[in-house]
Amino acid sequence: MPDNPEPNHDEPSNSRSAILERSAEPDAPARTASRLAVAAGDELEGSGVRFSGVTKRFGDLTVLDQLDMEVAPGEKMVIIGPSGSGKTTILRVLMTLERPEAGTVEVGGEQLYHEERNGQLVKASEKHVRQVRRKISMVFQHFNLFPHMTALDNVSFGPRKVLGLSKDEANERAARLLEVVGLGDKFGEHPARLSGGQKQRVAIARALAMEPEVMLFDEVTSALDPELVGEVLNVLRDLAENTTMTMLLVTHEMGFAREIGDRVVMFDGGRVVEQGPPTQIFGDPQEQRTRDFLRAVLDRE
Amino acid sequence: MLEWNLWRALLDGTWITVQVTVLAALLGTILSILSGLAGLSSVRAVRWANQVYVDFFRGTSAIVQLFWIFFALPFFGISLSPLLAGVVTLGLNMGSYGSEVVRGAIRAVPRGQTEAAIALNVTSFDRMRYIIFPQAAVTMLPPYGNLLIELLKASALVSLITLSDLTFQVQILRVNGSASTTQLFTIALVLYFLLAMGITGLVRAAEGYLGRGLEIGRGARRS
Ligand SMILES: Nc1ncnc2c1ncn2[C@@H]1O[C@H](COP(=O)(O)OP(=O)(O)O)[C@@H](O)[C@H]1O
Ligand SMILES: [Mg+2]
Repeated sequence: MPDNPEPNHDEPSNSRSAILERSAEPDAPARTASRLAVAAGDELEGSGVRFSGVTKRFGDLTVLDQLDMEVAPGEKMVIIGPSGSGKTTILRVLMTLERPEAGTVEVGGEQLYHEERNGQLVKASEKHVRQVRRKISMVFQHFNLFPHMTALDNVSFGPRKVLGLSKDEANERAARLLEVVGLGDKFGEHPARLSGGQKQRVAIARALAMEPEVMLFDEVTSALDPELVGEVLNVLRDLAENTTMTMLLVTHEMGFAREIGDRVVMFDGGRVVEQGPPTQIFGDPQEQRTRDFLRAVLDRE
Repeated sequence: MLEWNLWRALLDGTWITVQVTVLAALLGTILSILSGLAGLSSVRAVRWANQVYVDFFRGTSAIVQLFWIFFALPFFGISLSPLLAGVVTLGLNMGSYGSEVVRGAIRAVPRGQTEAAIALNVTSFDRMRYIIFPQAAVTMLPPYGNLLIELLKASALVSLITLSDLTFQVQILRVNGSASTTQLFTIALVLYFLLAMGITGLVRAAEGYLGRGLEIGRGARRS
């Protein structure tokens, strides 16, 4: 961390110098971490995640088949695999947007869909789910910003209505996050007036504002015009390198995956085909399906 | 032209028409929202009861409903004043149509909005209140404006239960020969039209206000 004195996204931003000055708080630690990491509360420990025997079906289609998978606290895990292999579904199960038919999911040692009552694991109440879900945030492929709110309100909404911050505190947190993702001049804009890359950066700021321990990114650059991909990847890279948040990223950006991933998991048919450090998966894949997939993706690029 | 006291009678009638319309619109709006939400309830009995209400009030004649509430309900020990009977009937009626407007508009809000709200851990009540409903309201407004104008026109029914609204006054003046039929009905047409224009203007203003940033109709709502 200390060897990264500057946020390494080169996003042109007229607010950059302003941030440099503002964040030179006297009581700030001597460390010169990335402003984004600081604004995102990088002192928070990431939580581990554990899927055990998770099965998810849509009708006759079994999308996740008894999935066992563990993510270590602070780990940056990249999920790759062909379209329809269940990558999105994994993230959605973790975000509680899909309820699994079987299995358990643990976040930071706590059961997500179950709770213990009289020594028995029973289906969790909504209250329990909400309490565990607090630790998780998600960024979506299609942004899903709230179109009737300004960029600032999109980001401050959660802190205000969910975390219970005052209006001023929430706005201050939102402003700080928007500034560090390079949108210091877009507070009052509605999403319809932002480019795809800007929308996605607002969405990242919105997720970060909840101070999650686990962040989920589902192909967050896939809906962007090619020239806008870089500005979003820069923000992600900064987060990956400078925070202790646990990150699960589904992406087709193989170069990026290689760069920031602690581990790459190759997925197919709702199962882990192969996993390992990026150098191994990209440099020396063991499984034929991985080789085929990588060749298909790289051919496209 | 008409004498002042005739104008006076027509304007008094117009004022009653406005009162009936506004009060029934308030009731109708509340019922539309409640009924629209009930139609989306995950509880089957709630959806079913709601459907009975909607089908009944859309499927029977408003004038018969009005007579029933005004003339038949007293036999069950409930006597309503003409104003209250008119407001209740028209409100229940509007609610049964508005129900579908509300339900349809809420269902049209993209699923991703609910999902983003869940990802922020927003409670289901706040989700509806701050995220879904405000967006749906923009879609609701044009058909809602139509319902308000329908309501204004239907308010003339209250003249049949002795409430002295605009239509009632016109009939009185016509029958007692105070002014020519042509003159009276022309004036009534103009007055109703002006009221309807007022409603249209209000709804437009609300659309502009709620639609800020949405760039309606340009696909911007997907974001
Ligand atoms: N809500 C749903 N209803 C039915 N089938 C679904 C649903 N969501 C996903 N699927 C199916 O599940 C499979 C896995 O989907 P997904 O997790 O989105 O794959 P990926 O993200 O790897 O492309 C696909 O075949 C998809 O069509
Ligand atoms: Mg997907």
